[in-house]
Amino acid sequence: MSRRPVSRTMLLSLFAALITLILTGPLSGLVLNGYDFTTRFAAPLQIAAMVLILRFIAGLLPASWLAPKQKHEVEPRAPRFKTYQLVLGGLVLYLALASLVLFASKYWLAVGIMALIYVLLGLGLNVVVGFAGLLDLGFVGFYAVGAYGYALGHQYLGLGFWAAIPLAALLAGMFGMILGFPVLRMHGDYLAIVTLGFGEIIRLVLNNWMAFTGGPNGVDAPAPTFFGWEFKANVTQGGVPFHEVWGLEYSSGMLDAFIFLVLLAVVGLTLYAVSRLRGMPIGRAWEALREDEIACRSLGLNHVWTKLSAFAMGASIGGVAGVFFAASQGFVSPISFSFFESALVLAIVVLGGLGSVYGVILAALFLTLMPEVLREFADYRILIFGFAMVLIMIWRPRGIIQQRRPFFKRAGS
Amino acid sequence: MTSLLKLEAISLRFGGIIALNKVSLAVAENSITAIIGPNGAGKTTLFNCITGFYRAQEGRILLQKEQKQTDLVALLGGSIKFSEGPLKGLRKFIYGLFGGTHLVARSGVARTFQNIRLFAEMTVVENLLIAQHRQLNRNLLAGFLNLPGYRKSEARALAKAYEWLDIIGLGALANSPAGALSYGNQRRLEIARAMCINPRLICLDEPAAGLNPRETDELSVLIKRLRDEFHVTVLVIEHDMSLVMSISDHIVVLNYGEVIAKGSPKEVQADPRVLAAYLGTDEE
Amino acid sequence: MDFYVLGQQIVNGLVLGSTYGLIAVGYTMVYGIIGMINFAHGEVYMVSAYLTAIGLAVLAYFGISNPWLLIGLTMVFAIVFTSLLGVTIERLAYRPLRRANRLAPLISAIGVSLILQNYVQLSQGAKNQGVPTLVEGVFRMGSEDHFFQITYMQMVIIIVAILAMAILNFVVQHTALGRACRATQQDRQMAQILGIDTDKVIALVFGIGAALAAVAGVLITLNYGSFDFFVGFVTGVKAFTAAVLGGIGSLPGAMLGGILLGLAESLFAGFVSSDYKDVFAFALLVGILIFRPSGLLGKPTVEKV
Repeated sequence: MSRRPVSRTMLLSLFAALITLILTGPLSGLVLNGYDFTTRFAAPLQIAAMVLILRFIAGLLPASWLAPKQKHEVEPRAPRFKTYQLVLGGLVLYLALASLVLFASKYWLAVGIMALIYVLLGLGLNVVVGFAGLLDLGFVGFYAVGAYGYALGHQYLGLGFWAAIPLAALLAGMFGMILGFPVLRMHGDYLAIVTLGFGEIIRLVLNNWMAFTGGPNGVDAPAPTFFGWEFKANVTQGGVPFHEVWGLEYSSGMLDAFIFLVLLAVVGLTLYAVSRLRGMPIGRAWEALREDEIACRSLGLNHVWTKLSAFAMGASIGGVAGVFFAASQGFVSPISFSFFESALVLAIVVLGGLGSVYGVILAALFLTLMPEVLREFADYRILIFGFAMVLIMIWRPRGIIQQRRPFFKRAGS
Repeated sequence: MTSLLKLEAISLRFGGIIALNKVSLAVAENSITAIIGPNGAGKTTLFNCITGFYRAQEGRILLQKEQKQTDLVALLGGSIKFSEGPLKGLRKFIYGLFGGTHLVARSGVARTFQNIRLFAEMTVVENLLIAQHRQLNRNLLAGFLNLPGYRKSEARALAKAYEWLDIIGLGALANSPAGALSYGNQRRLEIARAMCINPRLICLDEPAAGLNPRETDELSVLIKRLRDEFHVTVLVIEHDMSLVMSISDHIVVLNYGEVIAKGSPKEVQADPRVLAAYLGTDEE
Repeated sequence: MDFYVLGQQIVNGLVLGSTYGLIAVGYTMVYGIIGMINFAHGEVYMVSAYLTAIGLAVLAYFGISNPWLLIGLTMVFAIVFTSLLGVTIERLAYRPLRRANRLAPLISAIGVSLILQNYVQLSQGAKNQGVPTLVEGVFRMGSEDHFFQITYMQMVIIIVAILAMAILNFVVQHTALGRACRATQQDRQMAQILGIDTDKVIALVFGIGAALAAVAGVLITLNYGSFDFFVGFVTGVKAFTAAVLGGIGSLPGAMLGGILLGLAESLFAGFVSSDYKDVFAFALLVGILIFRPSGLLGKPTVEKV
């Protein structure tokens, strides 16, 4: 496409600004105050001016920058590092990140834990949406199953933190299977809505089943222990405090530091597993299913089972994230598991690039750490997520970072 | 020569339309059989029945495999009848949940599609690896830990994939996206992919559509190789009559969902009913 | 079972259901024409609730106090504004994705709904908003202590809903515009070849859907009096349920589905449990999609190989 004339760009920008002004006029300009209103005419004008400028700049940029890219453009190439080098690098990275514990305050540890939990959720949902192409809008339901599984498991069965992690993975995976089974035979959009329905049902049941879940009041989740040692200043009867065993000074951040370290290891392992999946038969089958289900069936792949396995794997990862959430908060309530959380995790996966493992990590860290660094960002972050989701779908549906497909070298060459 | 595939009075209706009406035919083992007929004659519908995408409402489709006969229609499940007892009912229920198409493929029937269905965003070699999914080590743990058994199975699959890529002449493009291939290469890749499931029978749905004359010639060589070198039985739907006449051992002519003629290329060419079906008669 | 309680729940259900039906039209028409679930439709309805309150406040500022005039003018204001919003959303967030894979428009729609929700929250505050009661008075049946009632506002809702559906039905069935819509729904490419500007038709469908959501928004807001920036989600999902129940893509189906869902929900709330009425609605949605995805009036689809 040739360069567009500036005058036309100007005109289009003015038009966009005019529409913006009309649309934001009443909502931003007239603020409800009881049955009355106050005026704030500057706001719509500011927004319109912003649109005018952005639209004008966009019009001046070369068209090729703005052209959407729907397909992979990067050819796969032989990996640069050997597997053991990557594992070694991973270990070094883990130690580096783990040493942060020594410097970080309790507050930043908590932030770090939440960031890692979102990384985990992002990795889990990425398996379902990114690899298998199944839009799961009820992902938060599995997160809830994990969190409540831990809290209620402790309350009713006396389950500990370490037992809860694999059990939550199993339980959430089973939930994924059971919920997935009836819905996986339907096509994409319906699947999204049904999973949304299931997610909401889980939340509403947690909210309304007072006798079992404590309803909106929530349930306490126990603090994790390490080989039975507790991270408390004054342990309950019969308990052994961690700091005394190791002759350390007690600090209130110890518990968070411990959770952070364990979570970091879990994220590392999940990351390794998920990034290997793409080159493994099961991951390939998921991606093939995303591309063409009918062709898969003609090749003897059991499409229902394959989808179900993606669903279950994603759900298990979500369940594990739930356990860490409950353990770090010390408390779970249904408020934490609204549809909004699902949308947030979806935003992470979309921003990182569907199917891109490392992109998802970056997106999760960005979305959770940004509001901490930039306070102003916190108010607008949902707005920004929303715009980012739309723009990325239009402009780079495969994510900003282009990813390479696994490379397969001819044997013996 | 024994017949590998036998269709016994297959019927299929869509609402009031009779798409297939008591179609019976036999496909000899290690032969190339062509199904021809005017547009809308029910050829692709017949393919969909054989490959398990549609369930024939009446009749049986028997696949002969090492002394064992499989009814492909029964693989697709069906309505559960109480008289059959709980065990059979449960099996049908499970079939109903999963759909049975993949079971037909696993029993040795591969196919290609009229409107090419490659995994377009995946690489050429990945397309061939997916077809070998069933033959691979699918243990998750073995894959995560890259255990020797897993490595061996992946290496074997890769070797086979490259073997097929050499056969269809796409070795150099192994790691490019399948969607970026030329049309002719996509058609050949789809055939190679179907062959990678180790089928007894391969069903090619209009493999020459959209190919230029040179590619069509290459295709006819490839199809003959499938029979002679890889010993699969080929069932092909094709409109390109010169291709059909040059490669087929046997031809079945379909019109309005019924078999109107079958026999060797010579016999079919001479059949007046076939000429009428293609050129039209006074009845129309 | 108390006859009057039953009667009351049926009245409530009909009122609720007719508003669901109005919103469901937006889902069903958009799905019918471009095969996407317009996830942001519920938020469009939410915006119209705010517009109702703003419209009323502005009109009151200019000293208009006749309730019918207030309702009428607010309705016009909400319809015009909301349809413009609907068309704009389609142009910016969905049209560029016509050729993208199936997930893209749905994800984009989720993005739009996050934007709308957060934008309204930022501009109008997170607090609950309300509108004054404009139409008072009830129509009662039964004795002093045993009765069921229908407020005049509820009557207005049902009448307006029927009127809106009748107008829509006329437009779709008997005008050139409607013919273009139906043609585009049947076969977009062919319609385009025959000279129909399908982009315009699709934009129009979004506009119509948004307009009906605005009608519902005004009516619901006037009836219940209070709302916040979060009302779009649950109502949106329920209206979508109604669309699916009636058979997505079918206009009469949307209305039928709306009324059935409204009745079912209302009766469930009245006789089983009002805590679980949302669970019931969601479970109904899941159930229909699993067992009868084509709904009551929809056509089953045949898988194309």
